[in-house]
Amino acid sequence: MPHLDFDIAHMLAGMLVLASFMMLYQDRLYALLRVLALHAFVLACAVAWQARIQDAPGLYVTAVIALGFKAILAPWALHRIVVRLGIHREIETVVGIGVTMLAGMFLVALSLKVMLPVTAHAEPVAREDIALALSVVLIGLLVMVTRRNAVSQVVGFLSLENGVDLAAAGAQGMPLVVELSVAFSVLIAFIVTGIFLFRIRERFDTVDLQALDRFRGERG
Amino acid sequence: MIAALAIQGLQMALVLLLAPLLTGLVRKVKARLQRRRGPSLIQPYRDLRRLLGKEVVLAENASWLFRAAPYIIFAVTWVAAALVPTFHSGLIFSWTGDLIAITALLGSARFMLALAGMDIGTSFGGIGASREMMIASLAEPAMLMIALSVAIIAGSTQLSTIAAYMASSAVGLRVSLALALVAFVIVALAENARIPVDNPATHLELTMVHEAMVLEYSGRHLAMIELAASLKLLLYLSVIACIFVPAGLGHGYGIALLGWLAKLAVAGLLLGIFEMSIAKMRVFRVPNFLGAALMLGLLGVLLLFVSQGM
Amino acid sequence: MIDLVLACILAWLVLALCGAAIAQTRRGTALIYGCSLLVALVLLVTGAAAIPAGVSRETLPIGLPWTGGHVRLDALSGFFLIVVGLGSAASSLFALGYGRHELQPQRVLPFYPLFLAGLALVVVADDAFIFLFAWELMSIASWALVLAHHRESGNTHAALVYLLMASFSGLALLLAFGLLAGGAGSYTFDAMRLAHPPPWVAAVALILALIGAGSKAGIVPLHVWLPLAHPAAPSHVSALMSGVMTKVAVYGFIRIAFDLLGVPDWWAGVLVLALGGITALLGVLYALMEHDLKRLLAYHTVENIGIIFIGLGLALAFDADGLPAAAALAITAALFHAFNHSVFKSLLFFGSGAVLTATKEHDMEKLGGLIHRMPQTAFCFLVGCAAISALPPLNGFVSEWLTFQAILLHPNLPQWGLKIAIPADGALLALSAALAAACFVKAFGVSFLGRARSPAAAQAREVDHCSLAAMFGLGAICLLAGIFPGVVIDALAPVAQALTGAHMPSQIGLDWLTLVPVAQSRSSYNGLLVFVFIAGSASLMAWAIHRFASHAVRRAPAWDCGFPDPSPMTQYTAGSFAQPIRRVFGTVVFSAHEKVTMPAPGDTAPARMEKSIRDPVWATLYAPIAGGVARAADLLNNLQFLTIRRYLGFVFAALVLLLLALALWQ
Repeated sequence: MPHLDFDIAHMLAGMLVLASFMMLYQDRLYALLRVLALHAFVLACAVAWQARIQDAPGLYVTAVIALGFKAILAPWALHRIVVRLGIHREIETVVGIGVTMLAGMFLVALSLKVMLPVTAHAEPVAREDIALALSVVLIGLLVMVTRRNAVSQVVGFLSLENGVDLAAAGAQGMPLVVELSVAFSVLIAFIVTGIFLFRIRERFDTVDLQALDRFRGERG
Repeated sequence: MIAALAIQGLQMALVLLLAPLLTGLVRKVKARLQRRRGPSLIQPYRDLRRLLGKEVVLAENASWLFRAAPYIIFAVTWVAAALVPTFHSGLIFSWTGDLIAITALLGSARFMLALAGMDIGTSFGGIGASREMMIASLAEPAMLMIALSVAIIAGSTQLSTIAAYMASSAVGLRVSLALALVAFVIVALAENARIPVDNPATHLELTMVHEAMVLEYSGRHLAMIELAASLKLLLYLSVIACIFVPAGLGHGYGIALLGWLAKLAVAGLLLGIFEMSIAKMRVFRVPNFLGAALMLGLLGVLLLFVSQGM
Repeated sequence: MIDLVLACILAWLVLALCGAAIAQTRRGTALIYGCSLLVALVLLVTGAAAIPAGVSRETLPIGLPWTGGHVRLDALSGFFLIVVGLGSAASSLFALGYGRHELQPQRVLPFYPLFLAGLALVVVADDAFIFLFAWELMSIASWALVLAHHRESGNTHAALVYLLMASFSGLALLLAFGLLAGGAGSYTFDAMRLAHPPPWVAAVALILALIGAGSKAGIVPLHVWLPLAHPAAPSHVSALMSGVMTKVAVYGFIRIAFDLLGVPDWWAGVLVLALGGITALLGVLYALMEHDLKRLLAYHTVENIGIIFIGLGLALAFDADGLPAAAALAITAALFHAFNHSVFKSLLFFGSGAVLTATKEHDMEKLGGLIHRMPQTAFCFLVGCAAISALPPLNGFVSEWLTFQAILLHPNLPQWGLKIAIPADGALLALSAALAAACFVKAFGVSFLGRARSPAAAQAREVDHCSLAAMFGLGAICLLAGIFPGVVIDALAPVAQALTGAHMPSQIGLDWLTLVPVAQSRSSYNGLLVFVFIAGSASLMAWAIHRFASHAVRRAPAWDCGFPDPSPMTQYTAGSFAQPIRRVFGTVVFSAHEKVTMPAPGDTAPARMEKSIRDPVWATLYAPIAGGVARAADLLNNLQFLTIRRYLGFVFAALVLLLLALALWQ
């Protein structure tokens, strides 16, 4: 039933957007890492489903990479780094969570407004998936911009990359998807290792939340 | 005509009789998860009977509003519950009110309860009323957004039409329905004063919302309010069941009734497990939680306006 | 028919003159208000009769010298005459009792009938001159009424701001009519209907009409005069200003946008929807931050005007996309809400007037416990609060339900702006409705419930029978309009037909008086049955419990968790009730800030909590303009101190410039 196939594809893309919103909502670092794992898991399911309905076995490999690397390995590594650096406190947000979620809504509306007319001649299943993938990318950028902590910015970047993967998988017949995803994953690994191994602190607002530990009583 | 009226009457009687049982089930599940034996399943009935027989102790400056409010709250909640298709989707009076009317009726109940909380002039009543109105100011719009998204998909705001549409095969799997379900669960937790929004068993001022408003009530008034609260929980779970799990609704009274009872039991079990596995939020994190539900509802409606397939 | 209306307006003008003469006499107040009441009732009946009847016109000898003044009574005017008549009648009835407490009746009595005459004349005007004349008459008369209590602090400032904004709105409307009249300069509405101005002219005229009429109605950001002026006037005039004058402003917008301009563009719908939604939300948030009862009600008027404009925006959008049935539903919802609001807002202002008479206080922080001292006023105020919070089975719920049905009607409109604006407005409408309920729990709970916070509140007495009669009458209308909404909708059908070319399906013949806005399969609501069920179940349970269970009652001190507090100052105040909402919404919108200073242990100084709120509209829009004007005035002030030589220099320069312009023109 092609209609059910489309529906499940849209459902999985929608779940990815939902996971991005959950990422916007979090303000505790461990919970954010758990949501990152969920995000990558949903991406793996979405890519696997695309592999099934497009009949492209190469995408199964992408799904397994997403699952293994981004859903399991990256959150585990970040978790260890967080524990070692002792920064498992709350994440400082630049603006309140309510305003951030409103901005997320606005970004979703914007990406729908831009992508749906542009892809008017594309395949119906791909159109909405690409629009939702763009919103995942934009919300990933929003996460990076509205957080002060470097770990949360890396998490935002990973979710952004998940959005790009979803778009690439949704566009039928895009070549080298598998290779691109491997390359991206290696790039991320180097960036993360580089930040925390070589402690490039001065590029970020803060890595060490002990300096920002303040009395969390009546705020404002 | 007579048969239809009898079915409606049966529905109203059943929701009234089953509400305390559902509350008892949730309490029992929570107790078992805490490795206690817990109160018996029919303890809420015993509590109600005991309260109904006791004399009411009224504060000296309680007004007529305080005395009338429990009856109004109960009547409004009961009328709202009578409009929900629980085991039959074509109830004779279901066309008098749709999902928006049900939301507004529950809002009336909350309005009277908050006023009753302010009536005596203690600070506890004020706490309960102001926190309740803050929670409601986000939960009610979220509920309306969910109602709008479900109505756009089903083509009607009438719950019986929605249930019939959801039970048919035309609905498919839709993103906006998934968003609506998540938002609905959050709203149901908030409106029924469940953890993580409010603790139904607390007596600490720091954590009270619903309890603070009914602090001065006793005797038969308190029984009415407790019954109305159980009825509201039954109503919300039945609405979730008839919209998102409509299996069994069209298949004749016996199967539909058993299906409804099974859905309520499962929902009660899940609610108990969920309440035990999460901590209560700080009061000022609740607006973030409910704001997320409002955003999800709005996102669902937006997706439906923008593209028909979602 | 139109002759009757003109006779009523003339009667009011005569009463205004009489008012100037007999204001100080013993029976003057009763006479003026009594006669106004009669005239208002005649106007109400005429308006009701005019809706189904055809159009009737008249040309007056006064007016512009070459055309005279045109007046016309059609379905739309008839509906707004009902609103004017009902509001004036209720207000005059209330004032029969309330007006006796007026210390300086000569400042109120001459201008009150003048105000009513202005309101009625705007609604029947058929050319731009009569319309603007009546508009300015309305503004000036109400300005004089706002200044009636000029010795109270803040009232003169309020009157100044009101005068400025009223002049601004008149100017905008003048420019709009000028554009619509076109090069031929024909100011009659008939000529404007037939003319087809180029699209940019129509667009600018629509925006000017929105600014002019919207400023008088109270659209954000042009609303700033409303919460200053409405509370400053005497209570029956506040009711008229909030309940009727804002609706007459809405009439002005409807007349220009739907009648004179022809088929609108879709972006007009988006603009009105956006303004309506923002107005609704900001209005109720402002109201929640207030602790003065009348200012809270005035800000709340802003919210309801926002809801009316949401309905109007939907109607414009559906009109632009060629969906007349949907446009009819939207405009019926907007007009129904206009009627409802005039009823319950007047009721609430009468209640606050009664409280003011009884306690001399309008600060909620000094009230409390009035339900025991003023039980009938409290009951009427409760009905008004429930109606305005859109609780079934009262009338506020019906108009809000209809607006939601209009929002749901066409989710697949072609324009993207509408696709995003309509769901956003649905969310803003839902949010403002929920916040309105919170606002009125606060208003009723802090003023009427609890314990008295001041001696004035503890010694309040119930007001007189005329005021109570007015309040009960309006409360009864709230209930009846909620139970029998089909009557109102069928009465509005000719109006919708005239404005959009379609009307809602007839409601009277349906079973059990159900409301079916589109089709039975789609949605329906039955206010009567809901009311009967609620009353029936409550009575049944009360009887069953009293019969089979206990009905014993014992009075005792309040439980209060075992810590009973003798001082009424420990109960919740208006500020503390609104604190959670202020923290959630206020920090974003108003930069709300709380500062707590605790003294050191052992220090007997009291702890202090200060809250600060910043009005974003005033700070970003009006304060810079006021500052700029002050600076420019300072600069221009230098012109006062020039020497003769410099003055001669100015005259010389002006002459040379004009000659240069003439040279370049040729």
